[in-house]
Amino acid sequence: MKTIKHHLTDDLLMRYSAGTLPEAFSLVVATHISLCDECRAQLGSFDAVGGELVDDVAPVAMSDESLAATLRMIIEQKSDEAEVEAPRESGVFPTPLQNYVSGDLKDVKWRKIGGGVSQMVLQTGDDASVRLLRIPAGTAVPDHGHNGTELTLVLKGAFVDEHDRFAAGDVEVANEDLNHTPVAEAGEDCICLAASDAPLVFKGLIPRLAQKFARI
Amino acid sequence: MLTTKHPSAKPEAAIVQRAQMRAATALPKVEGPKVVDEKTAKRMAWITQIRAVRDHKDKGAFAEIFAYFGPRVKAFLMKSGATPDLAEECTQEVMVTLWNKAHLFDPAKASVSTWIFTIARNRKIDILRKQRRPEPEDLPWGPESEPDQADALALQQETMKLGEALASLPEKQRDLIQKAYFGDLSQSEIAAQTGLPLGTIKSRIRLALDRLRHSMG
Repeated sequence: MKTIKHHLTDDLLMRYSAGTLPEAFSLVVATHISLCDECRAQLGSFDAVGGELVDDVAPVAMSDESLAATLRMIIEQKSDEAEVEAPRESGVFPTPLQNYVSGDLKDVKWRKIGGGVSQMVLQTGDDASVRLLRIPAGTAVPDHGHNGTELTLVLKGAFVDEHDRFAAGDVEVANEDLNHTPVAEAGEDCICLAASDAPLVFKGLIPRLAQKFARI
Repeated sequence: MLTTKHPSAKPEAAIVQRAQMRAATALPKVEGPKVVDEKTAKRMAWITQIRAVRDHKDKGAFAEIFAYFGPRVKAFLMKSGATPDLAEECTQEVMVTLWNKAHLFDPAKASVSTWIFTIARNRKIDILRKQRRPEPEDLPWGPESEPDQADALALQQETMKLGEALASLPEKQRDLIQKAYFGDLSQSEIAAQTGLPLGTIKSRIRLALDRLRHSMG
């Protein structure tokens, strides 16, 4: 397994466990956990906290017929056909991401958004958005700040910014305070999964225009 | 067949009934080794009940799980914003899922409470948030054969310690953890609701998690 240096925060893991993250963020979290045993174990602890809280909550009585109704539902349901999930194609993307792309890296429908960068926006609930980004080796993503929270998970290649280096499996958690210029490392295109709960704010007019067309 | 009163003469059923009665009367928690043992026994008993559902489609065992966890899942869903009717309907669906997926439960990885929480949480996202829930890929070595009883026992004891640590958190910290899980609120929403500065909320939650970690270490 690759050595992952940059992990999810407690805040993100707890909200994923509680089920309160926007779907777009949950996709990044689930994809990272698929690659990272450390965060998977942490998630197990957060789920256990949820279990203990449910165990300890003041119960609210169910109606008298609820057990009989539930057993009826069990008896009347169709036998569990199609419960078997298709085994995933082994590829670059972990299963949760393959489910949203409907395939692997080779199936991504890239659209150019300027500066040599391409993207594919994935369909999720609209409280946040998530996209795949392909940044050609040695190319900078336009200088930008952040309005909300942005998660960037590297799937292939690596990028460096003023602060650090992020390679495959690493996730960068950025917020309003971070103003950075990520550059894809030379040698290989960098493929990332990036989720944001606010539009990115590009500096300068041309990227701003491009933003409108590209739905960034 | 469907009665919850005398489902079987199995010793673990008696343990469960005792545990349920204790939970229902909500006596203050008594500290002491004997109580801890009984609590562990109760947790192991739930595993036996899930196994009975899996292996024998045991409706008596299912009725016991339903009687204990149903009202708790319903409370959880109502705290997350569901109306009583919707929470009741959702809880029934959660219990149907439990019946159908009993073979996926692994006591070496989760307690029964944890497992039921994850099912209820996923249902909540589906029904209340109307979103999909991306789940991590299963580990490459896949589900193992019947897990070791010792592993299961160790896991149940660990989760029990976690539960005790949660219960002994300072109220201010515990309250925020509960809100984060049940209230379906972001930290900024909790800030608006409680009038606490966001920084205070963040640091209280961080302190609470540190305490929980320490208690598990």
